[in-house]
Amino acid sequence: MSTDVENYVEESLLDAESELGDEYLTFSLADEEYGVDILRVQELRGWEPVTRIPNSPEYVKGVLNLRGAIVPVIDLRVRFNLPIEEYSSLTVVIVLSVKDKQDGHERIISVVVDEISDVVKAKFNEIQTTPKFGSALDTEYISGLADAGGKMLMLLDVDTMLNVSEMQQL
Amino acid sequence: MSIDMEQFHQVFFEESFEGLDIMETGLLNLDNGEADNEEINTIFRAAHSIKGGSGTFGFQNIADFTHIMETLLDEVRDGIRELTHEGINILLKSVDCLRMMMTAASDGGDVDEQEVKTNFDALQTILGSDESAAVENETKEKSTAVSEENQGWKISFAPHKNFMQFGNDPVRVIRELSSLGQLTGQIDTSKVPDFSELNPEDMHLSWDLELQGNVDKAAINDVFAWVEDESDISLSSLNSESKKTNTKKMTAAKTPVAVSKAAVPAADRKATDKKEKSAAASSSIRVGIDKIDDLINMVGELVITQSMLSMLGEDFNMTRLEKLQEGLIQLDRHTRELQESVMQIRMVPISFTFSRFPRMVRDLSEKLDKKIELVMHGENTELDKTVIEKIGDPLVHLVRNSIDHGIEMPEDRLAAGKPETGTIQLNAFHRGGNIVIEITDDGKGIDKDVIYNKGVEKGLVEAGTKLSDQQIYDLLFNPGFSTAAEITDVSGRGVGMDVVKKNIMSLGGAIETHSVKGQGSIFSIRLPLTLAILDGQSVTVGADNYIIPLVSIVESVQPKKEQLNMVAGKGETYKLRDEYLPILRVCDLFNIPDAKAHKLEDGLLVVVEADGKHFGVFVDDLLGQQQVVIKSLESNYKRIEGISGATILGDGSVALILDVPGLIRMSD
Repeated sequence: MSTDVENYVEESLLDAESELGDEYLTFSLADEEYGVDILRVQELRGWEPVTRIPNSPEYVKGVLNLRGAIVPVIDLRVRFNLPIEEYSSLTVVIVLSVKDKQDGHERIISVVVDEISDVVKAKFNEIQTTPKFGSALDTEYISGLADAGGKMLMLLDVDTMLNVSEMQQL
Repeated sequence: MSIDMEQFHQVFFEESFEGLDIMETGLLNLDNGEADNEEINTIFRAAHSIKGGSGTFGFQNIADFTHIMETLLDEVRDGIRELTHEGINILLKSVDCLRMMMTAASDGGDVDEQEVKTNFDALQTILGSDESAAVENETKEKSTAVSEENQGWKISFAPHKNFMQFGNDPVRVIRELSSLGQLTGQIDTSKVPDFSELNPEDMHLSWDLELQGNVDKAAINDVFAWVEDESDISLSSLNSESKKTNTKKMTAAKTPVAVSKAAVPAADRKATDKKEKSAAASSSIRVGIDKIDDLINMVGELVITQSMLSMLGEDFNMTRLEKLQEGLIQLDRHTRELQESVMQIRMVPISFTFSRFPRMVRDLSEKLDKKIELVMHGENTELDKTVIEKIGDPLVHLVRNSIDHGIEMPEDRLAAGKPETGTIQLNAFHRGGNIVIEITDDGKGIDKDVIYNKGVEKGLVEAGTKLSDQQIYDLLFNPGFSTAAEITDVSGRGVGMDVVKKNIMSLGGAIETHSVKGQGSIFSIRLPLTLAILDGQSVTVGADNYIIPLVSIVESVQPKKEQLNMVAGKGETYKLRDEYLPILRVCDLFNIPDAKAHKLEDGLLVVVEADGKHFGVFVDDLLGQQQVVIKSLESNYKRIEGISGATILGDGSVALILDVPGLIRMSD
């Protein structure tokens, strides 16, 4: 009897541990699924025209006015070298808070994605490390891979992906 | 009818702390220069308001303490007493003590009773010790002296019917009177109507009071100062031999306390009024009526939008969706405009800070026997109020340093072949999206070797290290660093420069030093523009709007073919009258693909000035002029060459602000 109880406790502890994980907001980009830590998401907006910034990389679409703050808008399709598509009514702007890796300064940066999919919980023990593709593909801004209903979900490291000091015009 | 006094406490504390600051500055000024009536009046007024306020709000200990300070100040003001250096010291300490009491009252902390008592006694000692001198003075002015040696006063106090409707309370008046001396009196109830006709908010009572003791008439007038408009008050001396009734219906004169003593000379009163104005300016924000009108308009529109939306909401169906969206857009815009207008209210011209310098320079130069002229430019540059408040002290330090260390004695200046009178310039302007305040003097400059050696001596630099000029100047901003051969009481103790730097850094700014030995120094303070406002000309290039700061625009012209020339087939120039101006094409510098005007004749040239040179900035079209609030691009993105910042236009879209000197650098 006592062993049963112990087993049960142990099992439930294991369960609890395997339940641990972060929640991710997932979105699609050219049929690929990506996820960002939901705690970094400040708000979602529809696409609206932005003011272009001269001499900026192509993926920096411009800046928008977020209640008085000037916030840059990054097109993730362009950033990831995916085929460019016209913005539609489903196009969404995700406003993210990004921490500068050098000086710890918090910035608000928004990204344009095709469409919002879901909020999923990716358990720690289910997240796989990103495979390396050599010099052909830079994957340093993907922190890991997870499974979302049979589809591969790429978890993005927003701080690496949206490092402003790297946003030079090529 | 009781009024909840709590709600006014915050205002009272704010005003009182400002009053204390005014007193402190005033006392310091007195200490620095000659005692003049303006200054004493200012201090006196501040003390008087604190006393009045604290009495009304029930902080009796503060009122009592201030009262004795006020008595002393009053005597100084009337010339009965000379204010000595020690006297000023004691008054300054008392100001500190008052501040402590006030903090305790507002934050609920403890009052250091010992401290209060020490200061109180010190004040009383001054008042007491000179009694003989004061008496001597009084006997000179016999008429005043008679009333001074009074046995007491007969007071008739008849409040008007509407007395209580103004929030006055006769009980307060009487209680305060009884705190001055032995109070006896009779109440006249003859006017009280029948109970059925009694309106409890009307006043029907009047009093005949006798106040025993040698009470200053000014003190009695003080008690009535709040209520003199709503009551008939007459005062007469109890002295039997004089029997000189001094009946007077008090009017709403602006000098309620200056009644009994020798009348303040008219010239002084003029000065008083003048001072009152500038004091008010420094202690609160003065907002242009146009800004307020804008705000009111906007709030009006907001209310209209709100009522439209709530009407829509009452019976809503999908056919009215478009209306709803329209309304929401309007609401959004109005709220944003409102937000910006409110921000504008915080913008204050820097003249509020600059205005204190003429006086300071005069006093200090007199004290140091130097001849100094102060020149100020750009007093109308607007800065956020918090920035204005924080930049004041650093500027004072820097100007003081320039006077003390920078400008030489007249004979030294003549010997060095310079004009006898030294010049200190204060200059505020926008540059490259920053606000720059420069303090320039044409004095002896900073001797780099002396600073370097001093740095080595203090262990800040290792001997033999090679330092750049800027690094050497930065040594000045280390705590405890002073190179003055002799420490004066103006500056030279090495306290201050580090604080100057710290204050500027805390505002996100920077300070730079330039100096040429023998010719003078420039301290230039750069402050970020986050909240600054500028007047801008809105222009279009392609689909985008840009703002060009109006200060850098000379004029705008439509170029004609015959005025355009090429230099070596590439550099375009425009002939404006007799000058050939290089042309900067915004669309090329910024790689704007959809610019509408390609031929120069199709667009417009905005002639701008930077670094004393003129340039033609080529744009598609000009839109209107407007005031814009400058927002930083860097806070969420990064610096862009040729752009000093961004702003939000009336429709909520973002427009970038051109950095004219930056554009010129880009074209090089």
